Amino acid sequence: MNTLLELLQDNARLSCEQLAVMLGTTQEEVQKQIDEYEKKGVIRGYHTLINWEKADANRASALIELRVTPKRNSGFDEIADKIMQFEEVESVYLMSGGFDLAVRVNAPTMQDIALFVARRLATLESVLSTATHFILTRYKDGGVVLDPEDERDERRNMICD
Amino acid sequence: MIEYSQMMNPAVLEIPPSGIRRFFDIANEMEDVISLSIGEPDFVTPWHVRQEGIRSLEDGKTWYSPNRGFSELRVEISKCLQRHCSLTYDPDQQVLVTVGGSEAIDLCFRTLLAPGDEVLVPQPSFVCYVPLTRMAGGVPVVIETKAENKFRLTPEEIEEKITPRTKLLVLPFPNNPTGAVMRREDLEAVAKVVKKHNLLVLSDEIYSALTYGDQLHVSFASIEDMAERTIVVNGFSKAFAMTGWRLGYAVGPKEIIAQMTKLHQYGIMSAPTTAQYAAIEAMRNGDSDIQYMRSQYDMRRRLIVDGFNKMGLTCFEPEGAFYVFPCIRSTGLSSEDFCEQLIYNEHVAVVPGPAFGACGEGFVRVSYSYSIRHITEALHRIEHFLEELRA
Repeated sequence: MNTLLELLQDNARLSCEQLAVMLGTTQEEVQKQIDEYEKKGVIRGYHTLINWEKADANRASALIELRVTPKRNSGFDEIADKIMQFEEVESVYLMSGGFDLAVRVNAPTMQDIALFVARRLATLESVLSTATHFILTRYKDGGVVLDPEDERDERRNMICD
Repeated sequence: MIEYSQMMNPAVLEIPPSGIRRFFDIANEMEDVISLSIGEPDFVTPWHVRQEGIRSLEDGKTWYSPNRGFSELRVEISKCLQRHCSLTYDPDQQVLVTVGGSEAIDLCFRTLLAPGDEVLVPQPSFVCYVPLTRMAGGVPVVIETKAENKFRLTPEEIEEKITPRTKLLVLPFPNNPTGAVMRREDLEAVAKVVKKHNLLVLSDEIYSALTYGDQLHVSFASIEDMAERTIVVNGFSKAFAMTGWRLGYAVGPKEIIAQMTKLHQYGIMSAPTTAQYAAIEAMRNGDSDIQYMRSQYDMRRRLIVDGFNKMGLTCFEPEGAFYVFPCIRSTGLSSEDFCEQLIYNEHVAVVPGPAFGACGEGFVRVSYSYSIRHITEALHRIEHFLEELRA
């Protein structure tokens, strides 16, 4: 039932009733599937996609590349686990290629992020180096184009003359 | 001072304006209008298809194509019709690539009709058949299909309108605006009448890729003995979301296609070259794109049909295209008043049924070629509109 997941990923506010109609099944069946996905950890939350630039909030974001020394037994898991604990950290990915961990960080200002990297991340025992890239503008996030102007419907009516 | 109206063809001047421009003028001036009125896919042409168009430009393929279209494309069209509709057409003699399905329809009328020949046009249907018949010197004879027949055409309805001058029957299925689909048995019944009265058929199957449920599209030409009497019109616009590329085709008996090609070569020369290269890719590798788009339309279709039925606007379940055609008689309003009040009060634009023929009165056409979010919001507003009406 991947379609259900796709529909929810696109719009988590669809009701079970609407989902059932679209999928040609019953409300109960949809509810059961969702419960199961939640229990198994397939569905891990229902977030709101916010364009913070428009919300007038103080907020800076950065992508930080980390090179780290993996531990003999736990590999990258241990350091990733440590980094996850910081509340400034939005996401942590283990990467292939030129560095090891990609960390996305949010804080009120760029200065806060710089301090966070210098004091909290760079000082972690197995971290070899960091490279901080500030995010300047988000055009698209979570599969959604953030400025509605960019999504204007340019189709026209062809039967009105 | 030139009296222009005296200088032009009266037949053109007599074509009435469609009368719904007013709505779109209103809609265009409003902020925050939600439209469910557009008749083209909301998907963009699949990337691999666009890429082939771009590649042909990069390679400098900017010349005319052969009059009847590139032979590679005609071969793909022929294979595609075999694969999806079990139709067999010789790509060299029985396929003509046109500028959209619309050109093919126009060519067909102008090739077949002698002055005074009658053309049976089932309505509600797309707006072009009547004016194009007239411009070709023919006489359109309207057949009104009915909601109680699921807007399918019955043999009795055809028989009623047949005269010694009847030459051609238009079969606009899957239907815009009703979403009606003719099943095999319905087509077989029509075929008997066609044979009995020695008619030709223009089967406009532009929505053939968009049918829902277990029933796949059945082409009228695949019914026994009908290929020799049928010109099938189809195209790339709806199936592959390629409306702006302007590419369609006609297939049929080689004698008729040859004459249509003659008109096409003088009036048009050849269909757009870039579009043809893209279309070759679409036909070769686009079946999965169609599947994907169809499954998306299908979910929206279920959502919107359910929405209207719950609001008490009875909505016959459409089996094809991307429109629903709910009956609005229970509101006591005419189609036009309904649409006008809906746009003024709730800023939602839909098309009055009579735009598709007088028998569309009492209905409105609602397109679901929109995102689910857009559809949900529009349904919400329409529901509010009905609550206010009843209050």
